[in-house]
Amino acid sequence: MDHVSTAEHPAVHDGSHEHAHHEQSFLRKWVFSVDHKIIGIQYTVTSLLFLLLGFTLMMIMRWQLAHPGVPVPLIGGLMGIANAPGGIILPEFYNQLGAMHGTIMVFLGVVPLAVGGFGNYVTPLMIGAPDMAFPRLNMASYWSYFIGGVIMLASFLVPGGAANSGWTSYVPLANIATMGQTVWLCGMLFLIFSSLFGAVNFIVTIVQLRAPGLTWSRLPFFVWTQLVTSFLLLLAFPPLQAAAMLQFMDRVFGTNFFMPSGLVVSGQIVEGAGGGNPLLWQHLFWFLAHPEVYVLILPALGIVAEILANNTRKPLWGYRLMVGSLIFLGFMSFVVWAHHMFMTGMGTSISAFFQTTTMIISVPSVVILSALFLSLHGGSIRFNTPMLFALAFLPMFGIGGLTGLPLGLSAADIPLHDTYYVIGHFHYVVAPGTIFALFAGIYYWYPKATGRMMNEVLGKIHFVGSFIAINVVFMPMFIQGLAGVNRRLWDGGAEYAHAQDVLHWNLTMSQGAWALGFFQIFFIINFFLSMKTGKKVDSNPWQATTIDWTDTTSPPLAHGNFTKVPVVYRDAYQYSVPGAKADFIPQTAEEE
Amino acid sequence: MDMEIPYTVEPRPDTGLTNPKLGIWLFLASEVMLFGGLFSSYVLLRSGADYWPNQADIVNIPLATLNTAVLISSSVTMVMAWASLKMNDFAKYKLYMGLTFLAGVGFLVIKTIEYNEKFSHDFYPSTNNFIGIYFLLTGLHAIHVIGGMVVNGFLWGPGAKMWKTAPEQFVNRVEVAGLYWHFVDLVWIFLFPVLYLL
Amino acid sequence: MSHTAEEVRAQVKTYVTIFAILMVLTVVTVAVSYIDLPSITQRVGLALLVAGTKASLVAIFFMHLKGERQWVTYTLVLTSFFVVLVFGLPMWTDNDHIVGSSKVIWDAGVPVPELPGHEAEVGDEGAGH
Repeated sequence: MDHVSTAEHPAVHDGSHEHAHHEQSFLRKWVFSVDHKIIGIQYTVTSLLFLLLGFTLMMIMRWQLAHPGVPVPLIGGLMGIANAPGGIILPEFYNQLGAMHGTIMVFLGVVPLAVGGFGNYVTPLMIGAPDMAFPRLNMASYWSYFIGGVIMLASFLVPGGAANSGWTSYVPLANIATMGQTVWLCGMLFLIFSSLFGAVNFIVTIVQLRAPGLTWSRLPFFVWTQLVTSFLLLLAFPPLQAAAMLQFMDRVFGTNFFMPSGLVVSGQIVEGAGGGNPLLWQHLFWFLAHPEVYVLILPALGIVAEILANNTRKPLWGYRLMVGSLIFLGFMSFVVWAHHMFMTGMGTSISAFFQTTTMIISVPSVVILSALFLSLHGGSIRFNTPMLFALAFLPMFGIGGLTGLPLGLSAADIPLHDTYYVIGHFHYVVAPGTIFALFAGIYYWYPKATGRMMNEVLGKIHFVGSFIAINVVFMPMFIQGLAGVNRRLWDGGAEYAHAQDVLHWNLTMSQGAWALGFFQIFFIINFFLSMKTGKKVDSNPWQATTIDWTDTTSPPLAHGNFTKVPVVYRDAYQYSVPGAKADFIPQTAEEE
Repeated sequence: MDMEIPYTVEPRPDTGLTNPKLGIWLFLASEVMLFGGLFSSYVLLRSGADYWPNQADIVNIPLATLNTAVLISSSVTMVMAWASLKMNDFAKYKLYMGLTFLAGVGFLVIKTIEYNEKFSHDFYPSTNNFIGIYFLLTGLHAIHVIGGMVVNGFLWGPGAKMWKTAPEQFVNRVEVAGLYWHFVDLVWIFLFPVLYLL
Repeated sequence: MSHTAEEVRAQVKTYVTIFAILMVLTVVTVAVSYIDLPSITQRVGLALLVAGTKASLVAIFFMHLKGERQWVTYTLVLTSFFVVLVFGLPMWTDNDHIVGSSKVIWDAGVPVPELPGHEAEVGDEGAGH
């Protein structure tokens, strides 16, 4: 077999490389694939299913909130007598739904889609690489995620049901919780391995496998976000792993890392040596979980940036400023975590420290968002479906970010902590924020992966319906939160006098949630139907400048993506260059 | 026609690194955060505790000192294994890599003796938080030692076939495995004084 | 980083020397633990100093940092600085309380003496009412 590649490329033959002309078995090609494109699709499909599941859990919760004590229609009988006798959700089951909704959405849905799905599929194409640096590690990363997901789902079936101490698993409650919490800890182990493998792979790929001529200043913003995100995952997850091990030992081996002396549960003193520190869990957990929220948003910013530049036919405004802000944000994200802990009795000095860092970290976020807004100015805007989602992202992320500011100041946080205000804040950032950006990305890169466009009519219905419904769900949360309604209440605050005036919003928000669910049907139909009936396209239907569109087919070549190594001559945003033949110049187009 | 993944064996000119070498350093960075998280948990637990036992009463300092010497020696034999390959001496490589593996075995044997000693004195993780964190830190470290031994064993045994087919790649693999092994030694260098001598 | 055979041969002598130094330092590690220093901070500081020296030797010579590009070393130094910083923060948090010490919050029914240096802070909070 003629390995032309060895002679022409600077690369050296890897002895374990699979020859392109070998017929691979179905399992090897589609299930245990080492190809980043297949793995990206695996991540995408799996994470979309988990997003749907997490959303379904929430729709069930919202029934309980809208109609407390009323049997859930249609599926009431399916949830089991232990969880919902007569179809009426028990408080214990509500807590399971809540904890698992958060866990599934964050760890099984959004991050795997944003990083595992988009990162894996697009990054090597965008930097002109034949694959990720470590293809087998990539496969291990996906299957570790898959196993972690299965374990998390299985936790619903153990006695006592799934984890029910919130996705934050605060101790000592989580220490004494039912068996499902231990299963949760085991699931997290696999998910964390998956993230670590992926993070190493992404950083090495982006640093080492950039095509010739693709300098750091020519790197598309999307790739920059994946790089910083990977550093956050790499360095922030291990302390959570440490915490999970400590909690596991507390639960299974009777250690007292988080069990304080003299703890009383249901009127009984807990036996044991004590001497533990519950705050230790919070420190270790939030040390990860704060960078984790930037993991949730950065890939979305990257996707939106690419789509905005492409559909305004104009370069991004302030690319270098955006990259600098991104890197600064990455560093800062490690030193703000205790703003989740203002109510733990911390002293004034440390509180001042974390308030200051939190206020500082809002600056780069605002810079990036402003740059994206400014990128619209003077553009020739094409209002296709990906662009609609990307445009909507901007003000929605703005609301999410602005509502975070009072939470970052401890005095304002006192009345707002653990209320629906917080839920409104972070959902605005993640739901009409990140998830909208991810939808935008799917509509945008679908033609690259399949060679067909998604249907624009269905897409626009999906967009308009989702945009309206999602605001109906989350905007009233600020009202309820400001009135003092606590989060994680099974009855939505019905027992509290101060909540009575705002309780009616529960019905409105639930109806919004079910409407939101309804409009996803248009997306699901579109996603599958377009594979068969979507308009076929050439390799670059969006007339984009980046290598993923310009130098490879749609879908890309199965092995190695490119027929020859791309060479880059210019930056990623050469749109509407005066004097040019077309309104875009590909990155790999040579000098005239 | 397909493209090979570049810089698997040859370093990339501007970074000076091969993919596996950069990869292992990044992995080690995450391991620093993992053990660091546990070290800082130790510090928080100890500084906030009403009661903290005199660690010297519980742990076996002579055995741990011996283990420190064992691991440091294994680091030397590991780097000598790599150096032997660079000097084209496969027999020396087998010797040194074999010694490294045996040192790992020795470490684990001594650890087992230590643990049994604890159990026989009714010192369990649930007894108090020092013993709890001691078992967790040394246990996690031991798991990492075992992991390193699996890789080293593979490179000594079936993996050594690559010396014939792709020698440069094999040498790089030994170097990368060595970096990981040195890190395992590094963790112990910090564990030893903290858990045994403070 | 492709060392030639001759370069490596020269390095072997270094490895043996460093090995010897590390053994000596191990003895030092044990020895200094018997020194009766007044505060725990000093004892920890000294222990970490010795451990840090040993770790640096392993990193520089066995892990070939000496032969690598400079940016690798700078990145590692920056990382270690960060590790110290971010793990120092929870320490600071735990020592800086609104009332008394963490022991007051977590232990039920066990009388705890006021920690020295915290009286002023408690007074400050009281003045705000």
